[in-house]
Amino acid sequence: MRVPVDWLREYVAVPTDATGEQIAADLVRVGLEEEGLHTGGVTGPLVVGRVLTMEPEPQKNGKTINWCTVDVGDSNGTGEPQGIVCGAHNFEPGDLVVVILPGGVISTPQGPLEVSARKTYGHVSSGMICSERELGIGEDHDGILVLTRKFAGDEATLASLTPGLDAIPLLGLDRETVEVNVTPDRGYCFAVRGVAREYSHATGADFTDPAAELSARAPRGTDDGFPVELRDEDPIRGRDGCDRYVARVVRGIDVTAPTPRWMATRLTEAGMRPISLPVDVTNYVMLGLGQPLHAFDLDTLQAPIVVRRARAGERLTTLDDQDRTLDEGDLLITDRGGERPIAIAGVMGGAQTEVGPSTRDVLIEAAHFEAVTIARSARRHKLPSEASRRFERGVDPALAAAAAQLAVDLLVEHGGGVADEAVTDVGSPMAPAPITMAAGFPSRIVGVDYADTEVVERLEAVGCTVARDGDVLTVTPPTWRPDLTTAEDLVEEVARIHGYDAIPSVVPTPPGGAGLTHAQRVRRIVAGVLAGEGLSEIWSAPFVGADRYEALGLDTDAELARSVRLANPLSDEQPLMRTRLLATMVDALRRNVARGTRDVGLFEVGLVVDLEGAQQSAPTEDVGVRPSDERLAEIRAAVPHQPRHVALLLAGDRDRRGWWGAGRPADVTDVVDVVRVLGEALAVRLEVVNDAVAPYHPGRCARVQLVDGGVVGHVGELHPKVIAALGLPARTVGGELDLDVLTAAAEATVQAATLTTFPMAQSDVALVVDEGVTSARLEAALREGAGDSLESVALFDVYRGDQLEAGQKSLAYRLTFRAPDRTLTTEEVSRLRDAAVAHAASTTGAVQR
Amino acid sequence: MSGPNTNYDPVEVAVLDPEAIDEAVSTALEAVAAAGSLDELKALRSAHQGDKSALALANREIGALPPSAKAEAGKRVGQARGRVSQAFAARQAELEAERDERILTDEAVDVTLPTGRRPLGRRHPIELMSQRIADLFVGMGWEIAEGPEIEAEWFNFDALNFDADHPARQMQDTFYVDPPKDGLVLRTHTSPVQARTLLDRGVPVYVAAIGRVFRTDELDATHMPAFHQVEGLAVDEGITMAHLKGTLDRLATELFGEGITTRLRPSFFPFTEPSAEMDLRCFVCRGEDPDCRTCKGTGWIEWGGCGMVNRNVLTACGVDPDRYTGFAFGMGIDRALMFRTGVSDMRDMIEGDVRFDAQFGLEI
Repeated sequence: MRVPVDWLREYVAVPTDATGEQIAADLVRVGLEEEGLHTGGVTGPLVVGRVLTMEPEPQKNGKTINWCTVDVGDSNGTGEPQGIVCGAHNFEPGDLVVVILPGGVISTPQGPLEVSARKTYGHVSSGMICSERELGIGEDHDGILVLTRKFAGDEATLASLTPGLDAIPLLGLDRETVEVNVTPDRGYCFAVRGVAREYSHATGADFTDPAAELSARAPRGTDDGFPVELRDEDPIRGRDGCDRYVARVVRGIDVTAPTPRWMATRLTEAGMRPISLPVDVTNYVMLGLGQPLHAFDLDTLQAPIVVRRARAGERLTTLDDQDRTLDEGDLLITDRGGERPIAIAGVMGGAQTEVGPSTRDVLIEAAHFEAVTIARSARRHKLPSEASRRFERGVDPALAAAAAQLAVDLLVEHGGGVADEAVTDVGSPMAPAPITMAAGFPSRIVGVDYADTEVVERLEAVGCTVARDGDVLTVTPPTWRPDLTTAEDLVEEVARIHGYDAIPSVVPTPPGGAGLTHAQRVRRIVAGVLAGEGLSEIWSAPFVGADRYEALGLDTDAELARSVRLANPLSDEQPLMRTRLLATMVDALRRNVARGTRDVGLFEVGLVVDLEGAQQSAPTEDVGVRPSDERLAEIRAAVPHQPRHVALLLAGDRDRRGWWGAGRPADVTDVVDVVRVLGEALAVRLEVVNDAVAPYHPGRCARVQLVDGGVVGHVGELHPKVIAALGLPARTVGGELDLDVLTAAAEATVQAATLTTFPMAQSDVALVVDEGVTSARLEAALREGAGDSLESVALFDVYRGDQLEAGQKSLAYRLTFRAPDRTLTTEEVSRLRDAAVAHAASTTGAVQR
Repeated sequence: MSGPNTNYDPVEVAVLDPEAIDEAVSTALEAVAAAGSLDELKALRSAHQGDKSALALANREIGALPPSAKAEAGKRVGQARGRVSQAFAARQAELEAERDERILTDEAVDVTLPTGRRPLGRRHPIELMSQRIADLFVGMGWEIAEGPEIEAEWFNFDALNFDADHPARQMQDTFYVDPPKDGLVLRTHTSPVQARTLLDRGVPVYVAAIGRVFRTDELDATHMPAFHQVEGLAVDEGITMAHLKGTLDRLATELFGEGITTRLRPSFFPFTEPSAEMDLRCFVCRGEDPDCRTCKGTGWIEWGGCGMVNRNVLTACGVDPDRYTGFAFGMGIDRALMFRTGVSDMRDMIEGDVRFDAQFGLEI
């Protein structure tokens, strides 16, 4: 809401020396946040000048400039005429113009420009003769501003114009407009009247309610007013769509009469464009008092007006020339006894009854429409108008007659019309419901010790009526505060008028918590370990398109079935929520490489969606109601399963190149190794099994599982097609694990074994197996065959070559044995080794070399 | 002990001459002193300490002497041999020390050579900020609660007193899951965790919820479609706005240092009443530059919303609003990171450029 300061001063006693900045600072204290401060962009010296001489001087470039001398009185300090070069020709000697002297600042599209004396076209030009555009007061830049023309007809002003006069106040360039942000609960502050009231709360300045005098003067409804019937047959939540309708008729208006300059200025400053007198008057009243009005061309109306809900299939062409299909929930203004829709109530009027150039008589509507009805209509028709913005936040139902009166006054005064004595005023708005509150309640909630008398005073200050019975207050909010419905609402009023800065700072003392959860600690460990492993943590927005799943070589249908789709994605190309982190992480990898980082290790920990079965619908509930247990269960069940994943990507060198020699490119063993480290960090035994799933190279993909076979995730080298499709570095490796599975597995407490101090014995074996036998399988066979005395197995060589048949490999292991209770003999060790080899042979076909 | 010598060489006997012994000793000492290396010293050993050395021969002759002369000669030769062997030992030690010293010198390397065969990775600073915030609350006796990012509308709006028709529900730029009638959204704030916490844990409760939230903002230097919040919720008997202010002041001090100035400003949120915005004194101009770009000349920077939990929220979550009061707040972590570390472009936070993380350590 933009509030011109001079308009504000009309309703509240703002100290004469208060600047816009101070006013904004005062309003912040009571909850109206400063959004901006608008002033003329010119700072002095800007003075009235009389052109004395004017010599046209043609230039080589074809232009003709004027070398002028201008009388600026004593404002230049010398009293001598000022020499100025001017490019415009629409003035002549003797004209009064506006001159900015050296040192003055004007605003230009490029920013503020300080004017200085400068040499140009063979003269020293000491200032500028200004156009309206240069002064920011008009669009006219064809010629300079000639005051004698601008103020033609305004004899008083013309008489005051003398060379040297300060032109800043003359042109209204000292006017300030404060822009404040109005929160949705304070509909009444969408008017200068409301902001003035708040200014008074903030500073104690005297507030004069402009509506009071108007209300007193406004005539009561008469029986012969324009017939209006309120017939809402389908109220929302038991509240009539319209509970008050005031109609006033003004006849014989000259709709082409100019809007008075002061009104046009205020409207412009408040952010609205002056259009025509009737429209400007309705806007002016709305901005001043907060009551949206509508003006109908009386000649186009046929009584009676009926306010009712729309019927299926009804249509209306609105003021913006859109032919709209009306919804049964829309509240309509109709005429001809309800036959013809002429406006969507509180949102926009119809084209057929619009006030136009031929209009003579108008009917002014000042009505009170119910907030929800208007909010829904505005949303349905995508018509957030100035009127609907106010109605949906709540308009003072007691304001209609006063607002209509002001409109009538202004139309009569400036349009030359005559107001009918017959007045329509129908309906009976609901009176604000009283609120019962203990006088000590504000202190209990805020933590400031307010005296009971102060609580009453503050509430009365905001317009409440307070009845006191012992400690109990019965508070009736004013009509303009439909937001005050609970005791807590009243507490806020007491607290903010008293000042939030009075609230002390007290740290509460909870009974004590259990610290981080297991899952939270695991997450920290995982992220810390991965960072220690050389990977950098990133996070990415979770939006993807189906094409991404395709590029990853995934079964797109299956991914779509697990995902959810956004109804209003930022980009139509990315309407899906990711089912895996890698789907969005690859973009970050690509970005790093594009920016010149060749060796990249990334990880991300985050939620993905994993819809189990069809998407369910989550019921909603009215506010302030605890849903039944069944409904709550339904709500919870409808929220899609969102496991927390951890994923990683490695590209380029895992061990960097340097003076020490070549680097070592990341390969699949690096991601397997990271998995090993994570398992060790969490004391979870992880098994790695060959697998072949997307998006991985089918021969370089590992499934990571728990000892019970529960799948934790996959790692591997990305499939060459994936790498090509996504433009990733060759041989990029990565993986993605379900952190929830890992977290659950890490919950078991480790039971410590006693360390045996008897000596160990080692024995090496080399086993030849088919390529298809994995080292994990062979190792498992050795372990099983060797039994409990086998302490560790270490693979120390892998051989393929001439000494073996094609399709075979030789794996060399060092077996370390140790018994808990004795030193193993050489014979025992040999026996154990032979048993291990024999078992490996029988289960994997291994042959000892 | 050798027996009487029956087969002595008269020439060798002469070595027992005291002068000859002294000479043998001084020859030996000179030679030892002149030895320039351990190898040279080793080579001298047989000449001066070996079986054929003058002193060894003299020693051997002692046995042939009459008993009366034995003691004296034995003493003389013994002393002489002692001196020589001491000299050898001392020189040996000296040369060994020299050698060890030389080895250390020879083994010197340029320790300033660049390292970094496998550079350390990093945590994302947003996560580090989140941890820091979590630790503060845990330290104050709170717990850290969590909730889903794809959330039921009931949790995100209804439970929080956002009426379906309330303008506040429209002012949120909400991502809706398709079809919208299914009542699922990307949570627009961490506040649904409030409702989940109250329902799951009951009261009294002191929890902070830290996590990612979503609004339909296009990515630019000051907006992200996904960002991070810390939500605080304390519901207990006797909780007041003063407790809210105290808690936020602690948080502000933790993140921005002692001396940070805060203010509460009246505002509106459906889920709190009374409501407030917490502002921080502008870090850049401290409220002294009317043209400051950071605070737009207001001197204050908006940090987040807060207030006393609306009774409708308590009721919706099965808590008796006449017995319990509570406060809640939601502060931006991304903004806090910007304030704390001077990050000026939000895109740096979300684009995953490793150079961004690398500016920070593992504590922020």
